[in-house]
Amino acid sequence: MPAAPWRLIIEMRIVHYLNQFFAGIGGEDRAETPPDARAGAVGPGLALQQLLAGEAEIAGTVWCGDGLVADGPDDVLNAIINAVESFAPDVVVAGPAFGAGRYGLACARVCAAVTRRLGIPALAAMAPDNAAVELHRHEVLIVPTAATAIGMKDALAAMARLAPRLGRGEALGPAAVEGYLPRGRRMNARAAAPASERALQLLLARLDGRPFASEVELPRYERIPPPPPVTDPARMRLALVTECGLVPRGNPDRLEWVRASKWLTYPIDGKQTLAPGDYEVAHGGYDAAFAAEDPDRLVPLDAVRELVRRGEIGDVLDAYYVTCGNHGILGQMATHAREIAADLRRQHVDSVLLVAT
Amino acid sequence: MAKELERAGFPTATVTSLAAVAVKVGANRIVRGNRFSHPFGRPELPPAEERAWRVELVRTALRALRTPVEGPTVFEPPAP
Repeated sequence: MPAAPWRLIIEMRIVHYLNQFFAGIGGEDRAETPPDARAGAVGPGLALQQLLAGEAEIAGTVWCGDGLVADGPDDVLNAIINAVESFAPDVVVAGPAFGAGRYGLACARVCAAVTRRLGIPALAAMAPDNAAVELHRHEVLIVPTAATAIGMKDALAAMARLAPRLGRGEALGPAAVEGYLPRGRRMNARAAAPASERALQLLLARLDGRPFASEVELPRYERIPPPPPVTDPARMRLALVTECGLVPRGNPDRLEWVRASKWLTYPIDGKQTLAPGDYEVAHGGYDAAFAAEDPDRLVPLDAVRELVRRGEIGDVLDAYYVTCGNHGILGQMATHAREIAADLRRQHVDSVLLVAT
Repeated sequence: MAKELERAGFPTATVTSLAAVAVKVGANRIVRGNRFSHPFGRPELPPAEERAWRVELVRTALRALRTPVEGPTVFEPPAP
């Protein structure tokens, strides 16, 4: 007997990841819900399934409590990935997580792991200012949503639009055209006109006051709300931190002079000044001759000690922190700083003097 | 680095010759140092005067640390 024609169409299979709330298990009190799964669509997946009608089928839904995925052990993530794999999906979607921090993090981590370990395309949905975006947008495809579940309908529509294309293995166009958050990737494409002509068009648009979009977006830097000031420097513990590459002579820990992979700390207790000859500079970005003459020109230990003696600074930590910022990769430098911050907290430091070269 | 240290809650005075860059990337408490190869140095001065100037530059950093700021702010050291 010939197969019914619709049997010949092998439907695309989607797995949907949710947190405990959207899976209908419970709220914050159930944030430790272990990973679990069910065949078919659940919660917001039901509306998503309708939007996908004819194109793809939600083969299974996997969920886990936000508290476990966000900072839980790796075996939680492993269990989730195994559950996802058991449904043999063509594409995985996660969320929408809207502005929820841990849910966003969970969606991003699941998508990253699915792509990396299973080689299956994945798509997350969350608000652009969800903290997970900054952490994961380079490796995870994310569609922007509103900050709250009020934006559910639009979020699901965006997921339904892109997920089948990912499942078919289609390459997506630029973020601005396709409507996902920029991943910071540059892709080659053939333009209709040479660069000189396009540049002139942009310039004319600008002069005419017409809208235009630059082809290369300048990096935008996140603003950090400044912490409150020190109330009394005479009672604070100050730490000296620098990316200038100043290390003891011989560079005993082999700090790299470019794209440093580490940060180091060296004792200054008992020292009134950084003596010439005791230090050298591991930094490929500037002439170290002036610093070699007097390392205090980089890390001003002599002046700091004088102000401690005069009672203007309470105390200085007995070691300084150093890495090398030459050609520093932004993410790597940020990681160095976060690790240094954790160390400073353990040592009850109040404030930092950061020397940047 | 300044931003991550401040994000972690430590008021941070960033001493740099490239104050404009520091403003651009969003460091909050910026102190204008001398040159990028020696932000705390003035090799053209006699040693005692250089040292006195360095103490003033550290004092400027202390002023940055005890000043409430809303966003990137440059603190200028006194002229030598």
